[in-house]
Amino acid sequence: MNATATDEDEGRFAAHAVTLTVNGQRRQVEIQPWVTLLDLLRERLGLTGSKKGCDHGQCGACTVLVNGHRINACLTLAVMHEGAEVITVEGLAEGDALHPLQAAFIEHDAFQCGYCTPGQICSALGLIVEGEARSADEIREAMSGNLCRCGAYPNILAAIEQVLADDERRPE
Amino acid sequence: MSPFAYRKPAALDEALALAGPGARFIAGGTNLLDLMKQDVLRPKLLIDITGLPLRGIAPTGDGGLLIGALVSNAELARHPEVLRRYPLLSRAILAGASPQLRNMASTGGNLLQRTRCYYFYDTATPCNKREPGSGCAARDGLNRIHAILGASEHCVATHPSDMCVALAALEAKVVVAGPEGERRIPFADFHRLPGDTPHQDNNLEDGELITAVELPPTGFASHCAYLKVRDRASYAFALVSVAALLELDGGLIREARIAVGGVAHKPWRDSEAEVALIGQPPVEASFHAAADILLRDAQPLAHNGFKIELARRCIVRALSDAIGGGRP
Repeated sequence: MNATATDEDEGRFAAHAVTLTVNGQRRQVEIQPWVTLLDLLRERLGLTGSKKGCDHGQCGACTVLVNGHRINACLTLAVMHEGAEVITVEGLAEGDALHPLQAAFIEHDAFQCGYCTPGQICSALGLIVEGEARSADEIREAMSGNLCRCGAYPNILAAIEQVLADDERRPE
Repeated sequence: MSPFAYRKPAALDEALALAGPGARFIAGGTNLLDLMKQDVLRPKLLIDITGLPLRGIAPTGDGGLLIGALVSNAELARHPEVLRRYPLLSRAILAGASPQLRNMASTGGNLLQRTRCYYFYDTATPCNKREPGSGCAARDGLNRIHAILGASEHCVATHPSDMCVALAALEAKVVVAGPEGERRIPFADFHRLPGDTPHQDNNLEDGELITAVELPPTGFASHCAYLKVRDRASYAFALVSVAALLELDGGLIREARIAVGGVAHKPWRDSEAEVALIGQPPVEASFHAAADILLRDAQPLAHNGFKIELARRCIVRALSDAIGGGRP
């Protein structure tokens, strides 16, 4: 970034060592404090699945799970996530076997351009983990933090509904 | 974002000792980082308080509830005691932001949210809140989302929080720690009207940190409602929101509280409007009369005149909803 540190500042703006687990892999990085979690994932770790849409927490394209909770990776500093467990869209499939949400998004044609899709899928995973949304209205409300400018909302809803229904049918 | 230094203290006194000019505390960061990206705020030091032991939700001695400043909005909204005793608070929180933001945003930080006035965010325009003395671009600009009550010639911004509207109605207290020790600020005295110092959103002193929010014993759980009207179905700031609380006794109103969001620089309450409801039957005519009192000094700007009638209708509907709208 455009740091113009004076001699006095140089120490204050020193990089910080951060260790975190991303998609099950332990990663150790040296980062400046102003690097967002999204920039760390995309620019340093090469995980470009999480998208930078608005970079202001308004679109949800950067949604990832941190310690099991969905958050906007663009509105949080990587340095604040020492020891965290991060899951991005790249961490959902098991080898060639897609995550049920990924398969359902394909089956229901739940995207057009696809830019918002990684955030939609991670957000839907967070929704399922939270276990509160059941009805179509509840799912819509719980997905309100993810915008789709192509307007694939009905198909996104259908994909999530299907995964929730399949989860309920599956024996514990 | 301008460069800054970062520290993460492990204890409260250590965090307070780091505070000073150019330093800011950070917890959820959802509003602070946004403002830093916009160059509205340029702190030299961020003091990360997420390592402090401020995550508890515990009963108080007098039967209230003490909420640690680092409790996330999501956790607070679904806490069993909040759902059971303060359903208004849960509903207000869930009416705000998105699930992702509520997972990050903290209780203390929600109180310190800055206005979403376009001109406060746009560093190319004058704004007395961002740059004292520079002027107010909103007063004669696009002011559809701005204040109708309590504004000044210097600032017509509104407070954006939903949670704070509920906390104002519930008469919470804000617990703060600072160089002089701990103090409790009644919620009504926490946020300020703009006057000629709109750069000061609240009455925190330099170096003070919110450590908790204290709820009183009474949550009006049987008769409460939170109504929010916005430009889209979800995930938008309120044009008008109303928290309504009623205590009924023998078919008459024994106590009423009305807090209105989206209309002023702080959640708006009016004791005259509330007192006027005492002893009245809980019917629309009573609610209309109270709404008229609350809005008697409302002043429209060029584009927000609709808010006066909208607020009137929202107040009447929220009070009507509160009659049957308690704990499920």
